[in-house]
Amino acid sequence: MAIIGLFFFLPVAAAFVLSLTDFDIYALADLGNLRFVGLRNYGELLANPLFWQAVANTLYFVVVGVPLSIAASLGAALLLESRLARFKGFFRTALFAPVVTTLVAVAVIWRYLLHARYGLINYGLSEIGVRPVDWLGDPHWAMPAIILFAVWKNFGYNMIIFVAGLQTIPEDLYEAARIDGASSLRRFWHVTLPGLAPVVLLVSLLTIAGYLQLFAEPYVMTQGGPAQSTVSVLYFMYEQGFKWWSLGTASAVAFLLFAMMLIVTVVQLAIARRRGVL
Amino acid sequence: MKRLPASVAVNILLVLASAVALFPLLWMLSVSFMRPGEADSFPPPFLPRAPSLAAYKELFAHQGVGRDFANSVFLASAATALSLLFNVAAGYAFAKLRFAGRDRVFQILLGALVIPGQVAMIPLFLMLKTVGLVNNFGGVLIPAAAGVFGIFLVRQYALSIPDELLEAARVDGASEFRIFRSIVLPALRPILVTLATFTFLATWNDFMWPLIVLSDDRLYTLPVALASLSREHVQDAELMMAGAVVTVLPVLLLFVALQRYYIRGLLAGSLKG
Repeated sequence: MAIIGLFFFLPVAAAFVLSLTDFDIYALADLGNLRFVGLRNYGELLANPLFWQAVANTLYFVVVGVPLSIAASLGAALLLESRLARFKGFFRTALFAPVVTTLVAVAVIWRYLLHARYGLINYGLSEIGVRPVDWLGDPHWAMPAIILFAVWKNFGYNMIIFVAGLQTIPEDLYEAARIDGASSLRRFWHVTLPGLAPVVLLVSLLTIAGYLQLFAEPYVMTQGGPAQSTVSVLYFMYEQGFKWWSLGTASAVAFLLFAMMLIVTVVQLAIARRRGVL
Repeated sequence: MKRLPASVAVNILLVLASAVALFPLLWMLSVSFMRPGEADSFPPPFLPRAPSLAAYKELFAHQGVGRDFANSVFLASAATALSLLFNVAAGYAFAKLRFAGRDRVFQILLGALVIPGQVAMIPLFLMLKTVGLVNNFGGVLIPAAAGVFGIFLVRQYALSIPDELLEAARVDGASEFRIFRSIVLPALRPILVTLATFTFLATWNDFMWPLIVLSDDRLYTLPVALASLSREHVQDAELMMAGAVVTVLPVLLLFVALQRYYIRGLLAGSLKG
């Protein structure tokens, strides 16, 4: 108990206090150099274009990446749960494998796959007549490339949750719909999706929270570039805190990220409640 | 008869999806056995012309990957042991022992799940720095030991142990420790395997925290070492792929061996929301 208290609640309170100071490399050497600056860190952040760029990049990643990832998970789960599927155990393991791999290692693999000259992805594209794309070197393509990678890495996780959710939908409902002559598309729309609604809510809450914490992908694949197009909020915090040692500013970034996550979660829960999912 | 095309389509789609999921991993394996420079050609080769261990030799002989591997194994094992010790005791206490404010404290803990770890990172770093645990394995391990998720996992499972069983043992005069060892631990065995697998994989794969805490490259874990290697040897595809193999293969094998337990933990964890 004491350990959790010491290593969790205290830090959160301390993070807020820190964000009100100008804690930097001098304060690291001697606490006497520490000054209380009130909300100045927050003011400076809100005036810093790179911070806004990081927020915009992170939101881009979430808004495009989360729906793609959930769609991939749901599609894979439906295939796995189809009664026509064979070798389910093997397919489930294969589709889930990327989830347990080490993010840094697979990011290294993908950086090579996406290589502008020797990468297999460009080779595949050239075979169907598409000109090579400088995936990680072009500010327009770097974020889509990272999203593609993140979807590949993560979709298996939600797939497993969807599979469990699909198993709770009673078979009678499908039977009844079939007798009523509903096509498989209509069965999906009127039976499967409403039955899965609570699971979709849960999965989107978890996935958004996870995607807001984008860090290792840009760290390994692009180092935030090109032209700062892949600097995420957390990457920005890391550079502020552990490259420039502006720990006060970094704490303020961490707190703003926390606030963003809280707002998104609360809004989602409110929407869900209004629609009667909760 | 109408079923046949649909069945073929479903299975073909599954094969395609699995191929997309597995291809990068298989290609990593293939490229890691190529000779230096072989992978830098166009079109990219699928298989090594003459399989070679050159990249692995370079990694272990000159890049100190053997040491990073040992660090990772040690840290992941130690974190697993600590997490079992701590979370099992705490989870059992929350489920079965009566103490003042038990449910209230548990609710606060669940609330803490909402707070992302990154908020606590900087103060935690400074705190560890004051007590001399930065650039030190202790600093990596301490936060790993006390996970709210682990306590939750064990508690949910421990709730299913019948109270009558524990009462009967108490009436027979068994000490609390004896009860814990002879009744509770055996009953919790499956969930302990789940928790151990989870902690091991999470610690092995963790990147940001060890990156922040460890500055001495002799202490690097595999992911941190690989990231720093990849910033130096950007063009050296064979070397990077061999490094990725060394990092990914152990956890992948562990997962395949223990996936039943892992998936159960994942489903239990998703109910927390």
